[in-house]
This record gives sequence, structure tokens and C-alpha cells, in this order.
Amino acid sequence: MLSRRITNGRGSRSCLVKDSSVTVTVEKPHVAVTDRRNGHRNLNRNQAERHRMHMKPLEYIFLFLIYPGFLFSATMGLLVGWVDRKVTARLQWRVGPPWYQNFIDVAKLLLYKETLIPKGASRAVFLGMPALCLSGATLASTIVLVVTGEPDKGFIGDIIVIAYLLMIPSLALMLGGFSSANPLASLGASREMKLMLSYELPFILSLIVPVIKSGGAIRLGDIIIKQQNSAPFITSASGAISFLVMLLCFQAKLGHIPFDMAEAETEIISGPAIDYSGRALGMFKLAKAVLVFAAPVFIMSLFLGGIRFNSDYILTGVLEYIMILVLMIVIKNTNPRIRIDQAMRFFWGPVSGLSLISVILAYLGH
Amino acid sequence: MGLKEKILTKSIYAFHLSSGSCNNCDIEILDCLTPRYDIERFGIVLVGSVKHADVLFCTGSANRLCIPRIKKLYEMMPKPGFVVAWGACGSSRGMFKDSYNTGLPLDEIIPVDLYIPGCPPKPEAVIAGLIKLTDKINGKIRR
Repeated sequence: MLSRRITNGRGSRSCLVKDSSVTVTVEKPHVAVTDRRNGHRNLNRNQAERHRMHMKPLEYIFLFLIYPGFLFSATMGLLVGWVDRKVTARLQWRVGPPWYQNFIDVAKLLLYKETLIPKGASRAVFLGMPALCLSGATLASTIVLVVTGEPDKGFIGDIIVIAYLLMIPSLALMLGGFSSANPLASLGASREMKLMLSYELPFILSLIVPVIKSGGAIRLGDIIIKQQNSAPFITSASGAISFLVMLLCFQAKLGHIPFDMAEAETEIISGPAIDYSGRALGMFKLAKAVLVFAAPVFIMSLFLGGIRFNSDYILTGVLEYIMILVLMIVIKNTNPRIRIDQAMRFFWGPVSGLSLISVILAYLGH
Repeated sequence: MGLKEKILTKSIYAFHLSSGSCNNCDIEILDCLTPRYDIERFGIVLVGSVKHADVLFCTGSANRLCIPRIKKLYEMMPKPGFVVAWGACGSSRGMFKDSYNTGLPLDEIIPVDLYIPGCPPKPEAVIAGLIKLTDKINGKIRR
């Protein structure tokens, strides 16, 4: 990976989210080496800099909008959403919808349905939040996928940026619910907030475990490379425990069934999204799809060494992905919805305890 | 049949609007979702919020208290949207035709696109009816 990058001479100023509002410390060490080896010896640093600044924005836009950003993630997410619906249907002994069902659903909402704004709603927030939700989810997914594809890309602290970006969809859903002037939406949004408070602690604690085990690396790429050089972290005790915790946290983050009290369909009628229609609802659905696609990839890169794109490993990578996905769907289909107080007790009690134990085990080197 | 019609007919989100029904038709709506009939095969999903809906499944004889609510819910449904009058009561008030409490049949309150007769209609009748609705959206059946 490293040698390939050196030959294409793009330099390692691989700061993915530079064009967003996130401030990032940029890693520089191999820039000089790269450029010198490629015969850029005559270029002084300023010129090289200018060259990169000129080239980068287009590349970032491509990464964000087409591959592996919005277009790719959304397409894969809708396919993964179909897997979800089909497995659910098969578990209930039904046939289930055809593979293109989610594409048709989203196309209908985006292209042909009316977008209604409820009376008394704050228009800007109500319509802005779906876009924020979608862009946050897409940015998180772009960083995760780019780093999975080429572990030496990424920047220092990208794991922290991802942790924050993964919060944005929930925050946007919450604000959208509060702004829509509907009591059930407010109820759902307040539940979403409590749920967030409860799962963030074990989520961050189980995120720390791979960081400790890879010797303090806070670049996702370093964590992946470390695992590919030795064993994946899931094979150790602390890794296995925090993998389990991470799975539960993502179940709550995605609003899957044991923790779907925020958008309980049968109780508070899809909660914060109750008053959304047309394009805005379609954007929420797309954001959910993107997240559902990116979540197993993120879990894999933290605990299973990511997906390696060469012929020996790609099959195991895809199988691991499908196993994590189906595990999440089966958890979703075999559990009842729990109450918000039960969820808080669950996450702050046993789950946080487990993740604390795994952090301590990781420190002790297990 | 253009792209729009194709998309609209393959993805139907239904909202269940019960206006004084005896609960028999409501059970039959759920019956259509069970493994035996499974109308999710055709992309039909029951949604909880009328803002997500494409089709209103109207059951019951539309009694006086329900009339303003039926109108309001019809207006809240994002267009293009369709209305299905479900069962004998929904189609024609059935045995409550001369009741003091049911002044108007459903199709004089809101525009109705499809009538599914029966008390209650069987799931097979419902599926046959929904195919007629897709034909109507495609323009094969004129009103």
C-alpha cells in the first residue's frame, strides 16, 4: 500500500475532510520522501503545496459524492436494507419484497411525493435537518470506506472524527423531531436523546480498546494495519468483549429493534419522523441506509482487521461482513422493544461494566 | 406506462383509517400482511403516520363524528395519493344506510378510487382490488 502511494506521488497529505468544517491535524512525515523519490526534487515545497491544493478538491468531491461516498454507500445501503427486509420476511415465514423494493421506495419519496411542512413548524430547521442527517452519515461512511480500502490514507484522529460524525444523524433526527411541532415527534426526540446519552459511554469505551491494543494509534488505518500484521483484535479477550459491546451500541445507534423506542412504529408512530413526508423523509431513509451499510464495515475495521481487497482475503472479508449484518438483523428480529428506562439501565449498568472490564484487560495486555 | 406510474404502483404505503367500523375489516387488513398472503411482496407496507402514506384504507361507515377527521386526514396525505373504500360499509354504508348517525357515504366525503366489497372482504379480494388500483394508476381503467 505504502509503496503504491509513493509511486503515484500524490503525497500523504491525505486529509479527507479538509473541505468540510472539521479542523484536522495533518500528518506530514512522508511527504518529503515521496516527492523526492518521484523526481520532484526541483519543486520547492510551496509549489508542491499549491499543486496539491489545486488537485485535491475535485478528488474530495469525487470521494464524497460518488465513490465510496454518497452514490456507492446509498446504493449498497439500499441493497443491505433489502437483505434486512428479506431476512426478516424469511424469519417470519413470508416471501418478502423483491431486491429493488428499497430503490423504488426511495425514488418515489424523492421524485414524486409532495413535501408537506406542518403548521407551526420551524421551516428552516425542519427542512435542513434531513440534509444534515444525510451529509453526516455520508461523510462518516466515506471516511470509513476510504480508510478500509487504503489503510495508509486517513489522518491523525480520524477515529475521533468518525465517532463524532456518527452522532450527527441522531442529533439531526432529534432536532427535526423537535422542530416539527408534533407532540409524538417531541416524545420520540426526547427518547432519542436519552438513548444517545446511554449508549455513547459504552461506545466510546469500546472504541478505546482497539486504540490501546494498537499501541495508542488514533488513526483508523494504523489500527487496521496493526491487525493485518498480527492477529485481529477479536481473538483476544478484551477485543471479543468490546466487539460485543460495539455491536449492541450500533444496534441502538441504528435504532434497531430492542432499542427502537425512539421511533416505535406501533406506539408513537415512527417518532421524530412522524411529520416528514416526500423528499425530507426520503433523505432520512437514505441516511439510515448509508449508516446501516457503513456500521458493519466500521466494526470490522476496528476488530476484524478490515476488508483486504486481494483475491485471498476478499471472500472472507465479505463473509465476515454478511455475518455481522445477519447477526444484527437476527438480534433485531428475535427481541421485543424495551422501554427507555430499561435501555438506560442496560447500557449504563452491565454494558458499561463490560466495556470497562475490556479496557482494563486491554491495558493488562490480554 | 411511464416511470412515474411504475414507481407509484410498485411501492404503496398504506394508512389504515377506521371510521366507525366493526373491526372486522381492520382484522382483514392485518390478515393481508400475514405469511399466507404477504402483500409486502408487492411493496405494500402499513405505515403509522398519514404523512408517509400513498393509499388510505378506509374502513367503516363514516359516521358523523368521523367526517371532519376523514377530510382532514385526506388533506394531510401527501399527493399523489389514493383512497380505497374497504368493505360493504366503506363502499355504501352497508346495513347502516338508514341510520341517524351515517349521513353521507364515504365517496361523497372524499374522492374514492377503488371499492372493495365484502363483509369483510377476503384477502384474495383485496389483492385483486389492489391490482385494479394499479391498473387505474397506469391509466388502463377510466373512471
